[in-house]
Amino acid sequence: MPNFQEKALVQAHEQLAPDIFRLTVHSPQIAQASAPGQFVMIKSSNTSDPLLRRPFSIHDVTSGGMLHLLYKVIGKGTRCLQNLSPGEQTDLIGPLGHGFQFSVQEPACLLGGGMGIAPLLYLAKSLQNVSSPRQDHQILLGARTSVELAPLVDDFQQLGYTVQAATDDGSLGHHGFVSELLEEVLPSVRTVYVCGPHPLMAAIARQCQAADVPCQVSLETHMACGLGACLGCTIYAPDKSYRHVCKHGPVFDANEVLWTL
Amino acid sequence: MDAVKTIPKADLQVNIGGLPLRNPVMTASGTFGYGREFENLVNLHRLGGIVVKGISIQPRPGNPPPRIVETSSGMLNAIGLENVGIERFLTEKVPYLKTLRTKVVVNILGDSLDEYAYLAEKLSGHEGIHALEVNISCPNVKKGGVAFGVDPEMAKAVTAAVKTATDLPVMIKLSPNVTDIASMAQAVEQGGADSVSLINTLIGMGIDTSSRRPKLANVIGGLSGPAIKPVALRMVWQVAQAVSIPIVGIGGIETAEDAIEFLLAGATAIQVGTANFYDPQATEKIITGLHQYLYEQKEICVRSIIGTIRLGSST
Repeated sequence: MPNFQEKALVQAHEQLAPDIFRLTVHSPQIAQASAPGQFVMIKSSNTSDPLLRRPFSIHDVTSGGMLHLLYKVIGKGTRCLQNLSPGEQTDLIGPLGHGFQFSVQEPACLLGGGMGIAPLLYLAKSLQNVSSPRQDHQILLGARTSVELAPLVDDFQQLGYTVQAATDDGSLGHHGFVSELLEEVLPSVRTVYVCGPHPLMAAIARQCQAADVPCQVSLETHMACGLGACLGCTIYAPDKSYRHVCKHGPVFDANEVLWTL
Repeated sequence: MDAVKTIPKADLQVNIGGLPLRNPVMTASGTFGYGREFENLVNLHRLGGIVVKGISIQPRPGNPPPRIVETSSGMLNAIGLENVGIERFLTEKVPYLKTLRTKVVVNILGDSLDEYAYLAEKLSGHEGIHALEVNISCPNVKKGGVAFGVDPEMAKAVTAAVKTATDLPVMIKLSPNVTDIASMAQAVEQGGADSVSLINTLIGMGIDTSSRRPKLANVIGGLSGPAIKPVALRMVWQVAQAVSIPIVGIGGIETAEDAIEFLLAGATAIQVGTANFYDPQATEKIITGLHQYLYEQKEICVRSIIGTIRLGSST
């Protein structure tokens, strides 16, 4: 698989909610080679603290070699990233890892929680190019509150999708967890793609297994390189052997992951 | 870049105890996989050498997660020596490594003298394997689990066992978690080591205050990155005064200036470790920077600056 290290110029840096940002960079080589579910490693500062690159799933790819990342300011790395302004240069390595298998079974359900929504936009766009009419796909998105969720719901609606939303505080859509929306749509879909907090993905994986619907999950871990060299991004497979998120993933069949120890 | 092209190229060749390198810049074990992981990002043929991920007789699964955590200007890791084992290394990794026009050093690790000797013998006589680096920071199972690398007699014994088992140049990688690094270097020199590389990681830990749990599942792990460079440099300097075999400096090197500090302190070559993770181009930038430095210093050969730190009054 080809990957590149690219100096990328920041084109836009949009604030979607108090702590949520969308970064658009001109990164033609990585954009051209990428597939939904893959990720990039980005150096968020030129100093040695924070030292390591941070992994971000590819949120979207648009014409002219534009790569979009969606992130929430959580720690040292994302606080540095937040300071990038249009015209400044950043440094990316990608595309990395194995993305979603999306040539398989239609129609699909795309289920995202919080920043886990990021890779699903690129996936939703790519699904438009395969056979099912887009109305058949189910998009279920959840977040804490409307302020954080509404701008993301909007992105999917602009692609022509109908979105079901869920918020923890009931300020948009269903009052509760996005996983609670799945039960109803599960009989009508043949694949579920999910990305979000670990407990959410574990719950969805259980539901899909019970209904015998294939489920793909996009996992997140700490990693130092993203290239399969540091061996730091370990998860458990069901037989308690290890898998590395950067190489075997970040997208896994839900049955390849041990959800509870 | 244009300015760099116009300067005359210096002679960067060095010899690490029978291992000739085209330049003194290598990659450190455990930070560069088996080389191929970086083939799209680094011109591997340009490197002085590649030290591959440590190999044991049996494949090792490694430690439970979480295995890594970032620290101020560094990182802690407790990977647990995960590797494919010698059989898969020879059949799956060596065919690619031997296509590279660079020197390949295989890092080995074991639980007993017999295991080290077995690995050394098994890795000898293969096209594409040019030297061994011996990780002596592993516990000696037969001696109650004390690391070979913290006891001079055990370190000497493991060196002798490996030397007896192979004709390849043998580099012993020293642990910094000792009181007197110079006496460890002297012990392995007496054991017949062709060179020493130092330092391995410094043992550290971190605690998540909200959960009160250790940040690494293994509780303790190895600290690496720019944070450890001053310690590494001090140890290289001390070892340089204690032994006559070549020294390979390791520890937080990310720039040419870092590398040059180690050469001035007495290292004949250097290894880039953690920097490969966040700046895969670090090795190539260091090679370019060495030419630039030697030109500015009016030197034509990198060997003429080794150990030339100026001590005493500046007047």
